[in-house]
Amino acid sequence: MVFEGPLRADADSILARYPEDHRRSAVMPLLYLAQSVEGSVTREALREIGALLQITTAEVEAVASFYTMYRLRPTGTHVISVCTNLACKLRGAEAVFEAAHEATGVAHGAELSDDGLFTVHEEECLGVCDFAPAVQINFCSHDTVSPERMRELVAGLRAGEVPSPARGPAFDSFKAASRALAGLEEVPSA
Amino acid sequence: MSLWFEPRLTRDWDDPSMIGLDGYVAKGGYEALSKALAMTDADIVDVVKSSGLRGRGGAGFPAGMKWGFVPRDTGKPTYVVANFDESEPGTCNNRELVERDPHRLLEGMAIAALAIGCETAYLYVRGEYLWQSMVLERAIAQAYAAGHLGPDVQGSGKRVDVVLHRGAGAYICGEETALLNSLEGFRGQPRLRPPFPAVEGLFASPTVINNVETLMNVPDILVRGAEWFRELGTEKSPGTKMVTVSGKVERPGNFEVPLGTSFRIVLEELAGGVLGGRALKAWTPGGSSTPMLTAEHLDVGLDYESLAEAGSMLGTAAIMVMDDTDCVVDCATRMVRFYAHESCGKCTPCREGSWWATRVLERLEDGQGQAPDLPIMRDLGTNLMFRAFCALADGTASVINSSLQHFPDEYEAHVRLGGCPLKVEHLEEVPA
Repeated sequence: MVFEGPLRADADSILARYPEDHRRSAVMPLLYLAQSVEGSVTREALREIGALLQITTAEVEAVASFYTMYRLRPTGTHVISVCTNLACKLRGAEAVFEAAHEATGVAHGAELSDDGLFTVHEEECLGVCDFAPAVQINFCSHDTVSPERMRELVAGLRAGEVPSPARGPAFDSFKAASRALAGLEEVPSA
Repeated sequence: MSLWFEPRLTRDWDDPSMIGLDGYVAKGGYEALSKALAMTDADIVDVVKSSGLRGRGGAGFPAGMKWGFVPRDTGKPTYVVANFDESEPGTCNNRELVERDPHRLLEGMAIAALAIGCETAYLYVRGEYLWQSMVLERAIAQAYAAGHLGPDVQGSGKRVDVVLHRGAGAYICGEETALLNSLEGFRGQPRLRPPFPAVEGLFASPTVINNVETLMNVPDILVRGAEWFRELGTEKSPGTKMVTVSGKVERPGNFEVPLGTSFRIVLEELAGGVLGGRALKAWTPGGSSTPMLTAEHLDVGLDYESLAEAGSMLGTAAIMVMDDTDCVVDCATRMVRFYAHESCGKCTPCREGSWWATRVLERLEDGQGQAPDLPIMRDLGTNLMFRAFCALADGTASVINSSLQHFPDEYEAHVRLGGCPLKVEHLEEVPA
């Protein structure tokens, strides 16, 4: 079971956000919740979400496979997302993307590094075009990242450091970020 | 010519306290909501109509008219949905508006809710804006605690709840009917219209969907009036617009300008000119889905009408600047690859056409192109435009058509020279 004990209570709090006759709306935050426990969305989680929402596993998987932020395959402790869309490309993003592969040891086309620490993801526009090239580590933004800075960030993560993002708090793993994406993280006061 | 005006949406950007409720209230925040509570629904809709406020998310549809379309006698609830899925490549002004001034969005949403008799408003935030969604969660909690949201808004007895919903990485969810499907727990694929969302939107109920910047203009319109709003901008495009400037400029960033301000002023005075003093080659006026323009269009005004006349669109006013070292075919390849990746797969012309166009562009850039590839590109452009449910395919076609229109020689050179004529120079420019 994925959703048992306190996680079942989390799932219930997510369900309660939506009208009683439209509980299916909760599928997206529930997928984030499952991902926060297991580091990816497993088949068991798909089945349990279906049972909670009274829809089929296939319907849940249809949603999960549509969106890039749900990971249906084994995923690294840290997910490094590099935007290579035009605004970032014009400021040298392709070299940053290469540096991410080299520094993490993730081969092109591979899902994660051999040590299980990293997944590198080529990202479409992250909405930080004013500080291109834009990178996110566990969905925390890092601005104007050079290839050199990318290598430093990866070295820091390997050493167990949590790099400070350009804005907002840092999440120390993909799982922790997924919990915030489920809307279950305390927001630091202003 | 120089640019001077009293900033509106950005006037308090220097004040970091605006991120919290106290800072916002100290600057008159939530007074517009009090004013709206003392007005009839119809009067709220009327003042927004008279202001001429047009949708800032791309289509430019008049916001007051949209609100006026909502039927009130269906026996169903009505919904307001704020579209904070900002995903058009090159666009990030909604992000900064929310980071600096989150309560203005909530106040705009609450006023829109009052205008159409809505008790539950949804705020759809793209998943990648995790920090911004947390800023909003905090602002929502503050607004509830102060009684600006909740079961008894400012003691009026009226209920307005705001529910935040995160996307999960899909450009198409910025399209309003795809967004509704996503919010209902389905794949984010567009719906056939009619019925329009105003009649049958979220949960098959009457729904107004507005962009973040559109909603953030509403509080000022309520307090200062429609005439005040029209003091800036043009007659048909009143008000100011947030523009994002990125790519090869000295100072990339988000800037507020009166609609109708020329691209020259934005580029030279606000963004500091082309990076390193190089020559301007091409620019997108409203994100990658709007037809690219060239140095010949420096004096075009950034407003809905002037850009349409120049053969493009205001879109999200996301200006991406390419200089003379950038290969148009290479840039077009990256933009079209984006549309191929983001096509939801529902319509054949978009799903297959964007994939095919990417292959042709890639082989042109790699020096494998043949003379027949250029007519193939023209054919794809024609067969993608207006052939699908939503505008995503039109965005793909716009990249293809506009780059072919303005830079036919560069395409032909790729075939003639068996590769990119700029590649050697371009590689030298890429930072180590």
